[in-house]
Amino acid sequence: MVVDYLTDEEVDRLFQALADATRRDILARTMQQEQSVSTLAARYNMSFAAVQKHVAVLERAALVVKERRGREQMVRGHEPTLQKASRLLDSYEELWIQRAQRIADVLAGK
Amino acid sequence: MTVVSTEKDAENLTLTVVADFAATPEQVWELWSDARKLERWWGPPTYPATFQRHDFVVGGESRYFMTGPNGESPHGWWRMQLIDKPRRLEFENGLAGDDGEPVPGVEPAPGFVTFETHAGGTRMTAVTQFVDVAQMEKLLGMGMQEGMKQAVGQMDGLLLAA
Repeated sequence: MVVDYLTDEEVDRLFQALADATRRDILARTMQQEQSVSTLAARYNMSFAAVQKHVAVLERAALVVKERRGREQMVRGHEPTLQKASRLLDSYEELWIQRAQRIADVLAGK
Repeated sequence: MTVVSTEKDAENLTLTVVADFAATPEQVWELWSDARKLERWWGPPTYPATFQRHDFVVGGESRYFMTGPNGESPHGWWRMQLIDKPRRLEFENGLAGDDGEPVPGVEPAPGFVTFETHAGGTRMTAVTQFVDVAQMEKLLGMGMQEGMKQAVGQMDGLLLAA
């Protein structure tokens, strides 16, 4: 578990970051897909600065990564690589199970 | 058809899928060697693959594209590394650009497939070896992910209707 490697201070930051509903929502969205700070600000009907503060709290807890791209600040959920690899392998596994089913269908003349 | 086992190795980025089919190894082999048959199963139903070229000889290359529901057509390519009919084949599967040609700098993912006679049918073992997470995402981004979700949705629909 990742938690094994966190110091008490890091755990505090993590729980503090997750203690707010807006931040939990930002995290859920950015884990799904990268979002710009301005898109997030529009979604929550909040000022750019307010969203930026939420993002900064998430960033300090290493839950998201922020990157400047042109005029936009992009935010994405930070997933440790191994966890990401494991999620991708799940998708490929599903893909191949479906392929095997289609192979059987073609063989059966369906 | 039975998927006998799947093995996911997240440290070595390897996926192994073993499946049994009620057919001879030659029949299963044809689903790889014959482009028209390959097209019927490589892509999800909503993202079918079209192989414009399928040079099924060692060193031969393939060019294919997927057709998505919104007119997207991501391209891919294969290069055959080993052909031992009807026992084993090895190939590389890579991402191609809109011109259909391999994208420089994106490593292809090697695939190793074996076919063995088993219990009156054929046992197929397909191993995919990925290079890194970025490559896994790119190849899956070829409509595979979207198409899969839709395929699962269709299956759920059938189950509900039954």
